[in-house]
Amino acid sequence: MQRFTCPFCGLRDEREFRFSGEAGKTRPDTTRDVSDQQWRDYLFANRNPMGAAREVWVHQPCQEYFIMERDTVTMDVIGHQQLRKDAE
Amino acid sequence: MTGTRVAKGGLIDRSASLNFQFDGKSYKGHPGDTIASALIANGVRIMGRSFKYHRPRGAWSGWFDDPNAIFNIRLGGDELTNCPATTTTLEDGMEARSVNAFPSAKFDIKGGLDRFHRFMPAGFYYKMFMWPDWHLFEPSIRKMAGLGKLDGHEIEGYQSDQIHDHCDLLVVGAGAAGLEAARTAAKSGMSVVLVDDHRTAGGSLYQMADVEGVCPSDWVHQALREIKAAGGRVLPGATAYGIYDHRLVAIAQERGFGLAPLLIRMRVGRCLLASGALDRPVTFADNDRPGVMSLNGAADLLARYGVLVGERLAVMAPHALAADQVALLRQGGASVEIVENIEDTPEALGGKRLRGLRANGRTYDCDTILTSAGLMPVVHLWRHAGGKLRWDDTMSCFVPDSGPDWIEAIGAANGTFELEDALAEAQAKVGLSAAPARRFAYYATPPLPVAGSMKRQWIDLLHDVTLKDIALAARENYVSVEHLKRYTTWGMASDQGKTSNVAGLSAMAAIQGKSIPQVGTTTFRPPFVPVPLELYRGVHKQQQNHPLKRLALEPQHRSAGAAMGEYGGWLRPGWYGQGEPIDIVNREVLMARGRAGIFDGSPLGKIEILGPDAEAFVNFIYYNTIKTLKPGFIRYGFMLTEGGVVYDDGVIARVDDDRFIISCSSSHVDGVNALLEGWRQDGHDPEGVFVHDTTAHWSTVTIAGPKAREILGGLDLAMELSAGEFPHMGLRETCFAGRPARVARVSFTGDVSFEVSVPSSLAPVLWDAAIAIGARHGAGPIGLEALSILRAEKGYVVIGRDTDGETMPHDLGFGIPRLKKTAAFVGDRALHNAHASREERRHFIGLDVPEGSEKLANGAHFVKKTKDGFASCGYVTSSYDSPTLGRPIALGLMDASLAREGTEVEVFHLGETRRATVTRACFFDPDGERLNA
Repeated sequence: MQRFTCPFCGLRDEREFRFSGEAGKTRPDTTRDVSDQQWRDYLFANRNPMGAAREVWVHQPCQEYFIMERDTVTMDVIGHQQLRKDAE
Repeated sequence: MTGTRVAKGGLIDRSASLNFQFDGKSYKGHPGDTIASALIANGVRIMGRSFKYHRPRGAWSGWFDDPNAIFNIRLGGDELTNCPATTTTLEDGMEARSVNAFPSAKFDIKGGLDRFHRFMPAGFYYKMFMWPDWHLFEPSIRKMAGLGKLDGHEIEGYQSDQIHDHCDLLVVGAGAAGLEAARTAAKSGMSVVLVDDHRTAGGSLYQMADVEGVCPSDWVHQALREIKAAGGRVLPGATAYGIYDHRLVAIAQERGFGLAPLLIRMRVGRCLLASGALDRPVTFADNDRPGVMSLNGAADLLARYGVLVGERLAVMAPHALAADQVALLRQGGASVEIVENIEDTPEALGGKRLRGLRANGRTYDCDTILTSAGLMPVVHLWRHAGGKLRWDDTMSCFVPDSGPDWIEAIGAANGTFELEDALAEAQAKVGLSAAPARRFAYYATPPLPVAGSMKRQWIDLLHDVTLKDIALAARENYVSVEHLKRYTTWGMASDQGKTSNVAGLSAMAAIQGKSIPQVGTTTFRPPFVPVPLELYRGVHKQQQNHPLKRLALEPQHRSAGAAMGEYGGWLRPGWYGQGEPIDIVNREVLMARGRAGIFDGSPLGKIEILGPDAEAFVNFIYYNTIKTLKPGFIRYGFMLTEGGVVYDDGVIARVDDDRFIISCSSSHVDGVNALLEGWRQDGHDPEGVFVHDTTAHWSTVTIAGPKAREILGGLDLAMELSAGEFPHMGLRETCFAGRPARVARVSFTGDVSFEVSVPSSLAPVLWDAAIAIGARHGAGPIGLEALSILRAEKGYVVIGRDTDGETMPHDLGFGIPRLKKTAAFVGDRALHNAHASREERRHFIGLDVPEGSEKLANGAHFVKKTKDGFASCGYVTSSYDSPTLGRPIALGLMDASLAREGTEVEVFHLGETRRATVTRACFFDPDGERLNA
């Protein structure tokens, strides 16, 4: 069990969070032709890095989705940032 | 003479007496006593019988390192088994019984077993009872061995609460080092938690004459005051019993006898271990006799409880701090002889009663033997956290070496045994600086165990492991400590080898001529002390493990005689009234078809989507085109996963250009809400759309049936209800009893149906009014069971029941958006891959059975013959006896090649094959005349 930082609520217990997906995945524009390969990659192909990973997590009590950077080997949380465009 | 209570000193309250019993005899103790200290004060020595040989045993020490005194304790009708006597606080009226003895620890009928010891060495059971089958012998052996017995009576309210907590710094142990560290840290502004397993903080400080010039009690109280004043928290009676991944420290806090301890899951920034030290026992002949005790234990019993363990003490304690404890015992009134420079193997004399000690060629006349082969830092938690150990030759003990950066040991737990050194170290380590060099040079010169004595030399008192057993294991090549441990069961008892560990290692080292670090150590695992299993379960049971959602109208349902049951996570009425459920349900169905049924539809999701981007957002979320939906209207639709599989169905109402209300399945509200939030924040501009779950804020009363319009008309909702003015799939906002209300004309039964939603506080008024008006029209409440039949008659799907993890919308007959919708939507691309476009998909169908036959079984498979036998081509998803039609009906998913109206299929269930005919998945009003009436 770990403690993660929600960008809005601060440090909270791991059990309040849920993993949503790898960060940086863009949904293909399905109004145009999307190949089976592209769609498969979007749905199933994850980078699954060993070490530093960027992931989207959600803090369930406040329902905020955000990006968490963490190390998949040491389990250390490296950082977190908001998903909103204007956050940077 | 054995133990006595001294006239003054200790932390007990001599002005009050507590009565208790042990093995049927009555004794008195004082508030502040443990049950063991009170027994020792009463002169009781024999407190138990050993596990295997039923040897008489007394308390070895005064706290958690005692392996011998284990009691079943009864108080106020409740009995707890296997209570360590040394750590159980005495309460008035306790009845204690030794666990492995009958009729008492003093006179145990199995005591004679000890005479057969030479036939029961280590590995005896493994070797002896392998043939013909261990299981033949196991029951009687288990009966012979073992500890307390459960009385089968459950203690009411025995429930552990569980708390999730965190702090900057956790200090484990409130002795000198712990108190000093917590005080320093709290004053520097850190959030500090100090835990100690004693109810009274102070560790071994009470053995001191003075601490920094004041009496120990004053020093402790001053430290506690300062910690609390600076915002630190002090948890008494709280044992940090395990350290787990990611700085999780598990703490069990006692709440008194008969109450389950509290579990605190503490996430720490840093942790300082000030868990102190224990005496390492000296291994000598008959060293398990009642009256052979730990020197530190004896000093602690005197300092904390005012109990002197004996009058004439022989002390074997070759370490640098023993002299202080000896002085304390002398001051308490004991005469003490020091046994030094031990050469041969000493031997305790006497049986149940200790008569003396033979050592160095002479006999010491004593009633008690106190031993300490040196102090052993309590490093269990350090090892849980992954810290390494180092053997210190001078101090002759394992001390913490390298380890994680967030945890450090201080004071005696770090081998800093002397008070002033420990205080200085505590201060330094709080500030992350190096500890100053120790001024006191501690040393210990433990005698090595020598095998070959006539009498047995005991290593593990709780599991009856002797030096001979260790030697036997070595001869049989179980020399690795982990093998040795499992072969002899050394260190595997409920004390997890707290005292016996190093005794066993030094024995193995001596036998093999190795050093202790060469022998190695076994693994330390949580829990540090035994904790009840209840601690781990806590509130995770029954309702608290799986909380049901409750309806605002539950009192109304109950007073109407509803049979409440769980439906999709909600506690909902199954049917109303007493009697045979199936008859009641059928009557409710017929009432709904003939006149009207009134049911509580509140659990249906009511998720509002608002904002300028709301239209584009819901158009993307839904499989169906929502963009073209006009305000005041409702559309049925599906939500898909990105894999194209149907996730939820329901209606969506458009209230305004920029406001929609999604009515998802009752059991899916949380999931749909999470899905919507996910797409909103990670896929759209979250500023343009807002998702708001109002399911709990609004309650819905649904009136369905031919008389629905009349009943609704009586509710005074100030709206037109004619089919022309308010058609099927219409939505109206209006008022009820002066508050906002919404009326949706949607149907889950196939009849004219109105869902009236009002703020939940108004729900009882609406419900009572609808029931009263309904009664005039012969209508009444219906439960979920009737509703399930009504919807099946109409062929309406329940997602997850009539669909599975592969069902796509075109399998359910909703194929148009897949072909025509041009805008992007969730799951769109997946609906066009090779799998989705296959001809042989499973379609949603209805089934008729021949007249007069029973309904099909839910889950029964449709089978067809292949060259290898039979293959499944689908299965029954819902099956009922329809009261409306007077015959069985069934819905199912079936391979497209068979799923044509009129096809006869074989239906297989539990060895029986029946025939059924495929029909349209709609048995009632297929043209929708009643629906649109």
